[in-house]
Amino acid sequence: MEAFRENLRVCPYCNYHDYMGCRERIDITVDRDSFTELDSDMVSVDILKFYDLKTYPDRLREAMEKTGLREAIITGEAAIEGKSIALGVMDFSFMGGSMGSVVGEKIKNLADISIERNIPLIIFSASGGARMQEGIVSLMQMAKTVSSVRRVMDKNIPYISVITNPTTGGVSASFSTVAHIIIAEPKALFCFAGPRIVKQTMKKDIPQDFGLSERNLLNGQIDMIVDRKQMRENLAKIIRLFGK
Amino acid sequence: MDIKKLAEIPKSYLKEMIGSLSKMEKLKKFRFFSGIHFTDTVEAINKKLEGYSKVNRESNNVWRKVQLSRDEKRPQCRDYINGIFTDFIELSGDRLTGEDHSVISGLGKIRGKTVAVIGHNKGKNTRERVYYNFGMSIPQGYRKSQRVMKLADKFGFPVITFIDTPGAYAGLEAEDNGQSGAIAQSIKLMFELRVPLVAVLIGEGGSGGALALAVGNEIAVLENSTYSVISPEACSAILWKDASGTRLAARALKMTSKDLSRLEVIDRVIHEPMGGAHNEPKRMIRIVKKYLSDALGRLGKYSGEELILQRAQKFENMGYFARSKKPGQDKES
Repeated sequence: MEAFRENLRVCPYCNYHDYMGCRERIDITVDRDSFTELDSDMVSVDILKFYDLKTYPDRLREAMEKTGLREAIITGEAAIEGKSIALGVMDFSFMGGSMGSVVGEKIKNLADISIERNIPLIIFSASGGARMQEGIVSLMQMAKTVSSVRRVMDKNIPYISVITNPTTGGVSASFSTVAHIIIAEPKALFCFAGPRIVKQTMKKDIPQDFGLSERNLLNGQIDMIVDRKQMRENLAKIIRLFGK
Repeated sequence: MDIKKLAEIPKSYLKEMIGSLSKMEKLKKFRFFSGIHFTDTVEAINKKLEGYSKVNRESNNVWRKVQLSRDEKRPQCRDYINGIFTDFIELSGDRLTGEDHSVISGLGKIRGKTVAVIGHNKGKNTRERVYYNFGMSIPQGYRKSQRVMKLADKFGFPVITFIDTPGAYAGLEAEDNGQSGAIAQSIKLMFELRVPLVAVLIGEGGSGGALALAVGNEIAVLENSTYSVISPEACSAILWKDASGTRLAARALKMTSKDLSRLEVIDRVIHEPMGGAHNEPKRMIRIVKKYLSDALGRLGKYSGEELILQRAQKFENMGYFARSKKPGQDKES
């Protein structure tokens, strides 16, 4: 187990990339102590008074207690090999990494910082999609985030999207797929509709590698697959190539 | 306790109900021995029952709206095109891999001005529905609409979209072909158009598949249309773990035109003839035509830059959140 953790939560035998929380991922990606968090005080509000078997505030509180996070994304400024970047990292453990108003607003503010300081934008995605508990407002975050990252791209600032397991639904169909460069971790699920739903629609078995990085690479949907261990190095290389 | 009332209560609440009822039964036994009156408890439980049946009533009303928005007798994209635009020519294919019938696109004239029209069509009978794939688009459909939008942008034609889809098609080929990317690129492209874009939700606005045509300078929704991040059925399957919560989900998702307007995600509600659009389709089409020509008049005043800026600002301002200093106390403050 210790070996597994030291190996960045990657199985040393089968190269299986396990879930990694956003704090840990920031630690292994950016220069030591270079990360300054933005919007750390931002929290969701229950605009719809949504409840299913539990109320939305209850679910939020549970997620906060479980993860120690306040939302499904952490954003901030950081540096990789001395080069400044605007970095966003999603965490699947917070309500399935779902995107609500806070995720949308944080990405918008991050994009603004990226433009203001003329530094590359990098977002690690891990999400089940839009947050149902915020209803239509969460759907609008898809448009909001696309618009925000588009402004970055429009200014010729590189925007790199890193897909981690899993990235589906409203997040895969918005900011994470419009990037200049899309990198995925090995065997990460990256699709719009999940395998269960597709299986249901098709009424037959679907290939084992459905939606995985390797299949997406073959289908031309992503630029490259990069192991977690090489991610930092690889991002640094891309930043150097763009000369930012 | 009125047993009939119990039958009206959704299953997902029954668990809690049974809990309180058995408590009351115990209290009754207790009263038998001690002679203490527990009318307060009975009242409280009755009140709770009332509350549940109110929620239930509301859920049923919303559910009726959801069903109405999906009614195949409502005028569809094809009807609006035939009724509103003159000299319409349909444009097909995405010029990459194929053609998707679920999206109709083309050029036509409204009040003498050429516009591009794009919309989902569901079909009115089984054969049509299969042909149009129930209005569920594949990447080819989104790429076709992107091609037509670019064409419109090039020639300065305003873009009008009609939205009526259960959502993007969830198929293996569609996924392999980059369904997510196709939707995301459509959304991105709409933020770049230098021409006015008016979106009208005419029936069911299902999730990302609907949004892929709905990034408008003006977004209008017909009175009995819905717009939602997920269908009530799917929402129930995820949160209630079965179909029992479908109606409750429909209510909770706030997907009716009234809610959409309150949440400020749309610009205008277009009223329908008495009883719904299907009662007087011709009149409905005339109303939409009037709205479209007014909207194009309003937006015609703006330059390309202004239109791009207006769309970006409008969507980037959507969202509700709070800021709080101390973690753990967020919800109470």
